[in-house]
Order: sequence, then structure tokens, then C-alpha cells
Amino acid sequence: MTQAVTTEGLSKRFGKLEALRQITFSVPEAELFGLIGADGAGKTTLFRILATLLLPDNGKASLLGLDTVASYRQIRTRIGYMPGRFSLYQDLSVEENLDFFATVFGTTVKENHELIREIYDQLEPFRKRRAGQLSGGMKQKLALCCALVHRPELLLLDEPTTGVDAVSRQEFWQMLGRLKQQGITILVSTPYMDEASLCDRVAFMQDGRIMAIDTPTGITRLFTKPLFAVRALDKHRLINELRAFGYASSAYAFGNAVHYTDLRLSPEPQELAAWLKSRGFDDVEVQRIEPGIEDTFMALTESSRPEQEPSDG
Amino acid sequence: MKRFIGFVRKEFFHIMRDRRTAAILFGMPVLQLLLFGFAIRNEISEVRTGILDLSHDVVTKKLTDKIFSSGTFVASAVLNSGKEIGKAFASGKMNEVIVFEPGFAGKLQRDGTAQMQVITDGSDPNVSRIVTGYTESVVRDFLREKSNAAGAPVGVEAVPVMKFNPALKSVYLFVPGLMAMILMLVSALMTSISITREKETGTMELLLVSSLKPIQIIVGKVVPYLLLSFVNVLTVVGLAFFVFGVPCRGSLALLLAESLLFIMTALSLGIFISSITNSQQVAMMISLAGLLMPTVLLSGFIFPVASMPLPLQAISNIIPARWYLVIVRAIMLKGAGIAVLWKETLVLMFMSLLFMTASVRKFSERLQ
Repeated sequence: MTQAVTTEGLSKRFGKLEALRQITFSVPEAELFGLIGADGAGKTTLFRILATLLLPDNGKASLLGLDTVASYRQIRTRIGYMPGRFSLYQDLSVEENLDFFATVFGTTVKENHELIREIYDQLEPFRKRRAGQLSGGMKQKLALCCALVHRPELLLLDEPTTGVDAVSRQEFWQMLGRLKQQGITILVSTPYMDEASLCDRVAFMQDGRIMAIDTPTGITRLFTKPLFAVRALDKHRLINELRAFGYASSAYAFGNAVHYTDLRLSPEPQELAAWLKSRGFDDVEVQRIEPGIEDTFMALTESSRPEQEPSDG
Repeated sequence: MKRFIGFVRKEFFHIMRDRRTAAILFGMPVLQLLLFGFAIRNEISEVRTGILDLSHDVVTKKLTDKIFSSGTFVASAVLNSGKEIGKAFASGKMNEVIVFEPGFAGKLQRDGTAQMQVITDGSDPNVSRIVTGYTESVVRDFLREKSNAAGAPVGVEAVPVMKFNPALKSVYLFVPGLMAMILMLVSALMTSISITREKETGTMELLLVSSLKPIQIIVGKVVPYLLLSFVNVLTVVGLAFFVFGVPCRGSLALLLAESLLFIMTALSLGIFISSITNSQQVAMMISLAGLLMPTVLLSGFIFPVASMPLPLQAISNIIPARWYLVIVRAIMLKGAGIAVLWKETLVLMFMSLLFMTASVRKFSERLQ
């Protein structure tokens, strides 16, 4: 299979901050590849290097078989890039923005209408509205439209769903799925863990490193410890008590429950429940569950912490 | 080419959509010209004058009448003693006090000379100088009439003639300076802001990733402002001519061509500024402090270059407006042609070229 993106030991530092450390990964054509990580993990820097906007300090990256440093001009015409911040002209209307980006790439909206039709149909009613007055979801759809208008072979989407409501996020991901079916390779970053499961493969980034790359199910398999969902009325105190428990590995809020992992290989839920009851939680409920992708990321984050901050006890 | 036109069209949308920009672009030239033309004048139309006549004879009476009949001087008070002079000035009611010495007519008759004192408010030197000049010329007129009547012209008289601007109208002075200022503001400030705005909002990222070449982006930014600035030149020259009667004695075509050249200089400066800054704020500060202030203060617009201290004269040489001002004054008021102005023209050309090359080079195709 041909690789749409390959990187080898990409590093970038801004002064003292090491934004990227030895990033190596590759994305085959027509894959929907997700980059997951908290703010400051280095996702945007990686995107900018791939979009030929930044030069790496070390390492190489190539897109569609072209080197990002040497052949940046060719790459620029063949990729679609959507920066993290909404970066369209707020004082131009939806239509004018689209027309502008089409002409700048030497094409017309009409020529590529069928590719963007589905998204554009939703924007159609707001055709004359200024981009600055669109809702968050609409803005992102317009930005996607603008990034697609020249029929790119590769899409780089930097946090396209940040600050977008749940319904629009879902619609957005459905669109990405359909674009993938048309053979477009998509690299997308997101801080939302639930979106990771919608990708073909995901890379989990932290502190400029890729901690793990796998399919969403493959990633959850990295989670080896038994996991419990603990429920009680006073969730806040529950977390504190769980963390104080002698064998506790981690405890964090997850929805209306607290997810708890133990240091031992096969802990007994009854023992935990009994201990909590003795601490005054009469309504406590302990249940063994399968880890989701978010639990895996939490675990990956936790396990890398001591190495990063040795002083942090 | 299509891409380029699309880009220019987008720029026009920006300018027209932003009401503040549009207002500055089109309102300011008109407003400033009217302001400078009507409100800010060097000539004084009403000199409030007090008379302290210690002689009370026929000649002082005649001279007083003569002064007030000119229309420029307005009788504001008759004073009775020298003590009242200070008070009159302090109250601000008076621009000038004329004192005739005792026995004025007698001395004039006997010795051929008599003393009159012209007292003005020195806290405003400009007004004082002008008022004194007016008064002197009225007295000179009076004496000439008197001696003509007597049929015995005596002495040498220097008759000043103000060439190119006989009435010493200040509009003549302001129009060229104003043109330089407005063009600097519109061209340099507006372009530098418009490019840095794209950097700030992140749209520059998209423009770079598009297949536009740097030169297309730069020229695309320049063209709209070039056209608008040119419209401003036409507005100012037209208003100056029709409202204030400022003539264009030289070739209008040459004036417009030189203005286009100056616009280019200002635009390339604006682009240069934007290529070294990343925020609109900084671009604005540099444009205002670094371009507008020197244009007003050091170009010879208000203060003559020749009367500046040497270091400032040297600095004024690198201010484009200085050269443009010489050109505009020469063409509009003196009717000069390119044969006289080739040196100034070359300087402006050189400056444009320098800044243009520097900014194309500095323009980064990547993010810093």
C-alpha cells in the first residue's frame, strides 16, 4: 500500500520548549488517521510541519511521496489544510469565501461541486451570510468546504471539532467518513477521546512524543489492569477516598462514575466495596468493566508522567 | 492571472465591508483638507486693536481711520493711559495696541519723523509677526499717500511681492503637505495593517498553503490601495482647486504621475513594515510614529527644512514626503516641469525599489 504520509524522527523546538521529539509514523492512502492528545502535546506543530509551514529541526517528512522541505510548492497545491483556529475571512460571506479559495487554487466551486455538495447543501441557506456570523459548527463546515474546494488528495485537519456542539461534531465525522470513501487520506487531530474510536488508526501524543499508534480497539488492548466503575452519591469525596486506598493505582471521574484501577493483578470488588462502606459510603456500587479508549489514554498519560516530572511525587 | 484578480477582488471586499476603514480612506482626505483650509489658517482676518492716542491731533486721527478702514483691524477699545495696556492683553480681548506719542503731528511736520508704537501679544509669536506686518504696511501706505499729495517723494522703499502666492494664502502651503500626509497614511498604514491582519487572524497560513506566489500576494495587496490613494489625490487636488482656488500651474499629468510614484513609495514602505511585524498593533505604531510624525514634522510641511538643525536636516533626507513636497509645490504653484524635478523623482524611485525588494525578500513563505 502506498503511504500518503511518512515521517522519520521529526523534531522541533521553540527556544527551550521541545514541541516535537522524534516523531515517526506513516499513514497509508485513504486512511482516516487520528492524532489524539491534550493541548500542548505538539499536534499543531506537527500539522504545520506537514503543511510545509514550519521547517523541522531534525528528521524528514514526506507527503504524497514529496519531501516537505524540498518540494513544498507541489505539496501545497495537492493538500487541503484546515488550521486549528477558524481562519476564514469573517467579513466575507460564505459564498465569497468559497469562491475566493477556489480561484486562489485556480479552480471553481462548480468544478468540484460534487465533492463538497453534501456539506455545501447545509451551508446553502446561509450563502449570503458573513462567515463571522455563522455558528461554530457551520464555520467548521465552511472551513472544510474551503479546504476541499481544490480536490486535495490529502486533508490535514487540526482540531476541526473543537468548540463545536455534539450534533455538529457527529455530522462532521460522518462527512470525514464519506470523504475517506472517495479515496482522500485524512489526518485529523482532536482533544476529544470519543472521536478517536471513529478513526481507522490513532496516535496518542503527549509532550511532543507519540506514545502509541494502533487501531482504536488495539489501543484499548494496551490497557491490561482490571478496571472498576465505582458509583456513590458524593463523587468528589469518593475520588479522594479511593486515592487514599492502599492499593490504589488511579481514580478519576468518568461520567457519573469513578473509574478505579488497582495495583494488584486480581483485586476483589467486594473487598473494595466493603472498605468504602466502612468509610461511610452506604450507597456504594462497584462493578468490573471493560476499558474504553479514554481509559487507555488516561492510563498512557499516567504511566508517562513520572518519567516527565520526577520531582512530582 | 485569474487567481490574482480573485485576490484583488477580495481585498476590495475587505475595504468596503469595514466601515471604519472606508470612512478613514474616503472621509479623512476631505475632512482634513476642509479643516486645514477653513479652520487652520495663518492669515488673520480680524485684528482686535486698541488705540492709545497721546497726541489727539489731525494726523493721528487720520491714521487711525485709515487703519480701521482696511477691514482687517477692528476697533476694540480706546485706552487712556499706558497702565491699561497690560490688562487689556491679559484679558485676551486684544491682539494689538497702537500708541501715538504726544505731539505726533507736530514732530512729523517739524522733524519728518514721529514715533508710534505697535504692541502685540508675544505669547503667540506667529500672530504677533503677522499683525505687526499688517500694521506696518498700512502706515507705509498712509505715508506714501501723504507724501504724494505733497508732491515730494523722498527715500527708498522696498516693495515686497510674494511670487506664486501673492496673497500669502495658507491653503497653498497646506495642500501639498496634506497630500503627502494623506497618501502616507492611506498607503503605508492601511497596507501594513491589512497584511498583518491576515497574519493575526491566521488566514495568512491558508494563503501560504494555497498556490499563490509571494509576489502575487504582495502585489494583490498593493493594487487596491494604489487605486484608492489615486482617487484621494484626485479628490484633494479637485477640492483644493474648486473650493480654495489653489491652482495647478504646471502639468496636471506630471503631478498625477509623481503622485503615483509617491504612492508606490508609501505602499512599499507599508509592505516592508508588515513583513517585519506580526501584529496589527505594532504595524500601526510603527506607521504612525515612524512615518506619519516625520511626514508632518520633518518633511518641510510645517517647519521649513532649511531652518532645522543639521542632524534633523540629514534625517529629513530619508523621509519620502520631503521630496514629494518639493515636487508638488514646484508643479502646482511654480509650474515647474520634470527638467527641474528629475533629482527628487529619482530619489523617490530609488526608495520604492529599495523597500519593494527588501519586502519581497523578507516575505516568508513559511511561518516564523
